[in-house]
Amino acid sequence: MTAGSTVELVKLRKAYGGTVAVDGIDLRIAAGSYCCLLGPSGCGKTSTLRMIAGHEDITDGDLLIGDAVVNDDPPAKRGTAMMFQSYALFPHLDCTDNVAFSLKMKGVAKEERRRRAGEMLDLVDMGKYAGRLPSQLSGGQQQRVALARALITRPGVLLLDEPLSALDPFLRVRMREELKRLHRDIGITFIHVTHSQTEAMALADLAVVMNQGRIEQAGPPRELFNQPRTAFVARFIGGHNVIDGGAIGVGGGHCAVRADRIQLGGADLPTEIQVEGTVRSLEYHGASVHLSLDVPGSDEFAVVLDEARYFDAPVGVGDRVRAGWGRRDIHPLVA
Amino acid sequence: MTLTAETSRPSATAAAGRARRVRLLPRVAPYLQAAPLTVTLLLFLLVPILTIVAVSFWDYDSVRIYPDFVLTNYTELLTSPVTWKTYLNTLKYAALTWAITLGIGFTVAYFLAFHVRSTTWQMVLFLVCTIPFWTSNIIRMISWIPFLGRNGLLNSGLISAGIIDQPLEFLLFSDFSVVLAFVHLYALFMVVPIFNSMMRIDRALIEAARDGGASAAQTLWNVILPLTKPGIAIGSIFVVTLVMGDFITVRLMSGGQSASIGLMIANEISLLQYPAAAANAVVLLAVVLIMVVAMLRVVDIRKEL
Repeated sequence: MTAGSTVELVKLRKAYGGTVAVDGIDLRIAAGSYCCLLGPSGCGKTSTLRMIAGHEDITDGDLLIGDAVVNDDPPAKRGTAMMFQSYALFPHLDCTDNVAFSLKMKGVAKEERRRRAGEMLDLVDMGKYAGRLPSQLSGGQQQRVALARALITRPGVLLLDEPLSALDPFLRVRMREELKRLHRDIGITFIHVTHSQTEAMALADLAVVMNQGRIEQAGPPRELFNQPRTAFVARFIGGHNVIDGGAIGVGGGHCAVRADRIQLGGADLPTEIQVEGTVRSLEYHGASVHLSLDVPGSDEFAVVLDEARYFDAPVGVGDRVRAGWGRRDIHPLVA
Repeated sequence: MTLTAETSRPSATAAAGRARRVRLLPRVAPYLQAAPLTVTLLLFLLVPILTIVAVSFWDYDSVRIYPDFVLTNYTELLTSPVTWKTYLNTLKYAALTWAITLGIGFTVAYFLAFHVRSTTWQMVLFLVCTIPFWTSNIIRMISWIPFLGRNGLLNSGLISAGIIDQPLEFLLFSDFSVVLAFVHLYALFMVVPIFNSMMRIDRALIEAARDGGASAAQTLWNVILPLTKPGIAIGSIFVVTLVMGDFITVRLMSGGQSASIGLMIANEISLLQYPAAAANAVVLLAVVLIMVVAMLRVVDIRKEL
């Protein structure tokens, strides 16, 4: 199929009346990469996606797809295709006609477009449901049809608006794998909006954390997880404790420590840095045990212990414990 | 202990009584719940229709009607060329009114549903559409007469503007004025169901069509129109049945120069030819029912109800 296109946002801005949804963001998404726009609701990720798709006017700044500025082009001219959150399948058309819709608009002959729609349905394993109406399909099946409909235009960029949020958790994991496989097979650029950091971690080559219309950090998921730039990123990505540096005697502003790098123990704890606190709650998660402690310098202090290590020296809710970690586990944060 | 034993006895019998009532109630309750509607339909729909059907087989002369079983009412009706001409005329009115109200209804509903962005303005404009309906049908019809008449506002306006020399005769007491009045009376019956259908269309579908490269016209034809069909069908049923059964509009606006089936029935009633009127009504009912069934065969309206 067609190769992916690069997508570049230059000082892209979106305002609705007086409220600024996207506040002049710069981002370059390499051709053929899987980019996840990640953030809490209202952070501007969906507005960004809709501007790239051409369903929202750009207030200011430039949008480049490939080498061309496409600010004022209609969606079909941009070489993008969007998969909508609610799938937006045409309820009066069967799967084949849904998938063939854009070919019909282009005036492709009936036989030809039905054949190509059939091939596309086969690609997403929906060939045997070709004659069904969307209302006769499950959520996961509707999603596959929506995917086929988006891909039949041979776009350089596929835009996915929270594609997995309507599915049950089990199906979500399966569709995640399939999106990844599809991305590998067809090699076009994917831009995927999600509020789930797990999804972004699992899928993205480039994860972009957004907050209040700005990009907090953009990078490969591993970089985001190990070197979160700000306290917001560290909290949003999860698995981190954001601690006031002053309270633990390392000075400066906030710093982050991964919850799974923390050890618990008594007075004989060997680590360089130690804090004392009370166990507020604990949860058994199978492979690991998650504890939350009340410690000075942090509102939320989480400790993730390997199951075996926890049961070597179990503690209960209300116990006083010492938590410690090495100096090299501390990661300073900008804000 | 004794105290509780004594007090528990009456409550036990009360409970038994309650249990009997509870056992009886589930069997009777559905019938009781269905009764009001059943009685209403029996009294005000089924009994009158059966009466009309029965009377349509009676005999009559110029002074009274006789209970009987004769088919003359039907044979006279169906063999008379007047009947066929009147039906043709009524169907012509129905078709013209349907086509024009559909055009107006679809356009107004489309504007309200897709071009007016705020819900407040949608509601305000929608209410504006209903304002003419605050006055009675007759008044709305009659108000056309001074406007369209030979020396009416329109003709004198056009003459004084130098556009025409002679007053336009076709404006009033013609098919034109009949259809105009019908359109004026019934356009809203087309606007409302179509607007309702359009408001149910997920806006993401319009974006999905645009995303697939559809132009505005293609979106209208391939997405909006098919999804609005149930509303169009409901509006069509309203308009067609109302026009088919009308007599007062035709009488007033044609100045007695045109006929419709409704007018024919009204004339028969005024001549006390009840059996002939009843036979005519039965045939009209059958024709209208066939038209409604035909429309429902084309469009499935169930998801709108």
